[in-house]
Amino acid sequence: MQKTGLMMTAKKNIWAENPVLIQVLGICSALAVTNTLLNTLIMTCGVVFVTGFSNLTISLLKNLIPRRVRMIVQTLIIAFYVILVDIFLRAFLPDISRSLGPYVGLIITNCIIMGRAEAFAQSNPPIISLWDGITSGAGYMYVLLLIAAVRELLGFGSLLGFRVMPEGFVTWTVMLTPPSAFFLIGIMIWIVKSISMRKGAGK
Amino acid sequence: MSPQISPFILFFASIFTSNILLSNFLGMCSFISISRDFKSSHGLGLAVVVVLTFTTMINWGLYHLVISPLGLHYLRYIFFIIVIAATVQVLEMVIDRISPSLYMALGIFLPLITVNCAILGVSLLMEIRNYTFLQSVVYGLGSGIGWWIAILCLAAIRKKIDNAPVPAGLKGPGITFITIGIMAMAFLGFSGMLPVQ
Repeated sequence: MQKTGLMMTAKKNIWAENPVLIQVLGICSALAVTNTLLNTLIMTCGVVFVTGFSNLTISLLKNLIPRRVRMIVQTLIIAFYVILVDIFLRAFLPDISRSLGPYVGLIITNCIIMGRAEAFAQSNPPIISLWDGITSGAGYMYVLLLIAAVRELLGFGSLLGFRVMPEGFVTWTVMLTPPSAFFLIGIMIWIVKSISMRKGAGK
Repeated sequence: MSPQISPFILFFASIFTSNILLSNFLGMCSFISISRDFKSSHGLGLAVVVVLTFTTMINWGLYHLVISPLGLHYLRYIFFIIVIAATVQVLEMVIDRISPSLYMALGIFLPLITVNCAILGVSLLMEIRNYTFLQSVVYGLGSGIGWWIAILCLAAIRKKIDNAPVPAGLKGPGITFITIGIMAMAFLGFSGMLPVQ
């Protein structure tokens, strides 16, 4: 029973109710960092960490927090974990910390984290909340990684900094500019929605 | 060191060339969900302009008078977010007292603003780019106006799209993203005219 519950949560968060593609949350801090794969990887790892642990903490403290002030308490808990991520990046990966700039801090206002805290951690036991947070983060992670992979491949002709495209490859300048992220995410939503619509029609 | 850019240029740059929404991707969540309705977009846009200007001012003071001298740099996120939440709360009370009709129009949008990434984003960018006080105020105001213009444009376009024959899978968020992409490209067209940042 417990195990199927975990599987269901994971499946729901990664596919059926994917935070980015279906619920259209967390786009804010998401798209700006998808110009290279490495930045995205680091950033999304941060998000998974923050979502997981803030969900766990909020779930543990849910009976202690008065309802009236719960929004601000949740924000402070999230801010606490974001500060940990920020300090960690500054200490161990200073270059990436600099290129991510304000977007690490903006994890605080990432709607996915607030949304999961409010919709799930507030009314569920700690362990499953932690798992829900991590899988929601993972759902966000793979979408961003896909977008980043396409942008880096076409924009620089490389993946994770390694050249993969042949010598004469003409890079797509548009992939380096912000609008390309919007186009890619629009196309991804299109694909995913069409697939789930076809499934729904087949039933 | 503060960047050498005149506040006047910065004002226009933050509205057009480095539009907070279209080139920094900040404030997307409420942007997409609210732009379904033109009137709400207008209300939310106005509220963002006001809150953004005030919080940028207060956060500038807080950063340069408290956080920096005391070496509390690592706590700045918490300070900023508290200032934003408090400003929104105070503003809500003030507007309620001064003009109930404006409160009716803006009231429901104010709580939404606390979690709008654009507000926190402008404060963080202002701190990273080391703007002077005047530059920060102008940057906050300009970004707010830029956000307002962008959401009004999108809301108007979405109204038209409602009647267009869009493929079934692309309806809703899909076509909205593609529209925003085209809008962002249009705004990028200004970028040769003014130095960004």
